[in-house]
Amino acid sequence: MNSKAAALRLQVESVLASRLATPFEYRDRQIVETVPAGIPPLDDLTGGLPRGSLTEIYGPPCSGKTSFLISTLASRTTASEVCALVDASDAFDPHSAETIGVRLNQLVWVRCRNADQALRATDLLIQGGGFGLIALDLSDIPPRVARSVPLPVWFRFRRAVEYTPTVLLLLDREPNAKSCASLVLRLQKRETNWLQTSENAEGNSLPHSPGLLLDGWKSCAEVIRSGIREKGQAPVSIDACGDRVNFEMQTIWNDSLAMCGRRTSAISKGARRKR
Amino acid sequence: MAFVSIFVPNFMVQAVVRAEPVLREYALALIDGNPPLYSVVAINEKAALAGIECGMTKTNAAQFAGVELRPRSRPQEKAAHAALLDIGWSVSPRIEDTAEDAIVLDTSGLDHLFRSEKEIAASLIELSSGCGLLSNVAIAANIETALLAARGFTGITGIPAGKESQYLSSLPACILPLSEETAETLGRWGVHTCGAFAELPVLQISERLGQEGVRLHALARGAKLRSLIVAEQANSFEESMELEDAVEQLDPLSFLLGRLLDQLCARLAARSLAAVAIHVCFELQPAFENALDPRKEPDQQKRLPAVYQTKIELPIPMRDSKMLLKLFRLRLQSNPPAAPIQKITLVADSARLRAMQGGLFLPCFPEPGKLELTMARIANVVGEGNVGSPSLADTHSPDGFFLQRFLVSPDARLDDGNSDDRKGFFHREQRSGGLFGTPASFRVFRPPIPARLERHADLPTGVIFQGVHGRVLAASGPWRTSGDWWRENPWQQEEWDLEIDFQPSASQVAAANYPGRGVYRVYYDVLRQGWFVWGVYD
Repeated sequence: MNSKAAALRLQVESVLASRLATPFEYRDRQIVETVPAGIPPLDDLTGGLPRGSLTEIYGPPCSGKTSFLISTLASRTTASEVCALVDASDAFDPHSAETIGVRLNQLVWVRCRNADQALRATDLLIQGGGFGLIALDLSDIPPRVARSVPLPVWFRFRRAVEYTPTVLLLLDREPNAKSCASLVLRLQKRETNWLQTSENAEGNSLPHSPGLLLDGWKSCAEVIRSGIREKGQAPVSIDACGDRVNFEMQTIWNDSLAMCGRRTSAISKGARRKR
Repeated sequence: MAFVSIFVPNFMVQAVVRAEPVLREYALALIDGNPPLYSVVAINEKAALAGIECGMTKTNAAQFAGVELRPRSRPQEKAAHAALLDIGWSVSPRIEDTAEDAIVLDTSGLDHLFRSEKEIAASLIELSSGCGLLSNVAIAANIETALLAARGFTGITGIPAGKESQYLSSLPACILPLSEETAETLGRWGVHTCGAFAELPVLQISERLGQEGVRLHALARGAKLRSLIVAEQANSFEESMELEDAVEQLDPLSFLLGRLLDQLCARLAARSLAAVAIHVCFELQPAFENALDPRKEPDQQKRLPAVYQTKIELPIPMRDSKMLLKLFRLRLQSNPPAAPIQKITLVADSARLRAMQGGLFLPCFPEPGKLELTMARIANVVGEGNVGSPSLADTHSPDGFFLQRFLVSPDARLDDGNSDDRKGFFHREQRSGGLFGTPASFRVFRPPIPARLERHADLPTGVIFQGVHGRVLAASGPWRTSGDWWRENPWQQEEWDLEIDFQPSASQVAAANYPGRGVYRVYYDVLRQGWFVWGVYD
């Protein structure tokens, strides 16, 4: 009986040899669809944000988490997806978001007062379904409060979005979702870029100047964990994690409202970049 | 040409049972009259078998065991009559509102929709049952014959043309619209059936009973012809219920609201319509201490019922009664009425159902009914007004925005996102090659955090806020802005973008709860004369 089974296996392998190398080998056929976050260096590094999974972005204050969030919202709302932002600290700025390209009429903004409200609202949004992106922003929540969220909560969120087209994005100061997150990114700020306008005297070494304008800053993103697998490829090993990339944040100044005291656009004036 | 009549027997009882279907299983008697002289005005079959009679006093009727006594409800009779009209309009646009318990339909031209008149009658019976009414349906070539047959025969009755007198002959004479005097006269003559009355010579009838007798004679023979008086289509959908005992708790109130919503949705479905908004009005029980004013005479005392009103607006027309009930429960949980409820009225604004076509290549979007429920649940958690779609206000005031109701727009889903006027500044600049980095975003502190600034030669050198001292590494400013001076809340401020390096204490480092090094926007509020931290670039 065993010799017959072995002969049969050999026959099937020989017939399929031109199409499949090892037809009887087990392959995990999980196919994960990803969407761009709108930041090309990070999209190249991570392959995009996975649908039906929890993605965690963590880092200290001013590391670029909010810019990452707004870019992702702009990318998804421009693709005509309905997005939801659960704002645990009521810190979202609609003005800068609209300037960057977020379609506000495609965005549901939930303004919370504490982490408990934020978690309950997130649960309701996930259960409601139909959202392309649900972002939970815990960036300003004290770390001890975020740490007190039980791990089953993150596990429940992950299971709830599984097999749905929803991208669940979590932003916080420290990694809290642990293994519940399929993709974990750490952001860190490097240096700030200041722009000096041509009106200022050259050679002025003082860091303070009325003619100084914030140009942006450099950040570094590091993949801490990635469980995304592509079709036909082996899972990303732990050794391959730790990839990092530097990317630059740039401020945008609106020069159409100069009469109201808004800053004038330094870019159009060909200003000299100050480091 | 054929006419179909729908008749609801024992209409008063059926109107009450429509709101409480469980009463069908019991002996039921309705009482009415001026207190304390209540008397029984209508009974069902089980009550008649138990020995209850119309005209009996309430006290006598209450002595019978197992009999449910309910007050007669005119609002429910009005709603039942409106439901009957809706049933008629769901089949034919030409109906006559003959009586409170009977209508007549003109079925000419309906043979393209229904295979036979019997199918029309069966459809009407089914629709009536769906609206909580048990009715009789009769089909005849003329209106009066159809009405008499529906009153006299149970179930579905079809009378072929030319055989009206044959079918009506077995019906009792009291089914004709007789005056008391005429009924007494016929009784003395021994005429008890329509057939016996129809056999009498018409000339002698006219001599003894006059023109009224001739008309009744024609009715009994099924020969009375007249035109249909078409009723105007009404688009009001109202259901109400008066409660014997005022309801205070949410659960029993939900039970009653659910019944009314079921009836409302059934009527809307019969007319192929849906609700786009539902108005709820509760008449509240006045508090005892407010009911009497000791300064007034007893005949001048007035009881002004307090009223609770609310409205549920729906994103799309819908008639899912369970979904509507959930929305009402959430609304009542967040904004409950101040007193027990003694009367409930629901009014629906109707509209055509909208068909939304899905597509294989369209992005996913929340289902509108489910989204409305989700938004209501979230509003219960975070508060009304804290969930919605942000919209920028037409002002230069910092943080000028408002939240509006979030609605899924089908046009937005069909847009491929390439429209220039819809993209923000960043995308336009990226296409023109003007920007090479990721756009930086801003994070707002609401409310702004008070701060103290250290200055040297008019330049900021240090900032203290949230109990931490920070050294200013670079400063951009001042940028002066002001506005709305012609309004009640003007603003005037001097803004700085400061790169700050904080020196937290050991305990703050251990708690990891201190502001991080970064660029903050700090401003001096000229009107409040204080420094505040508006937000941070993140």
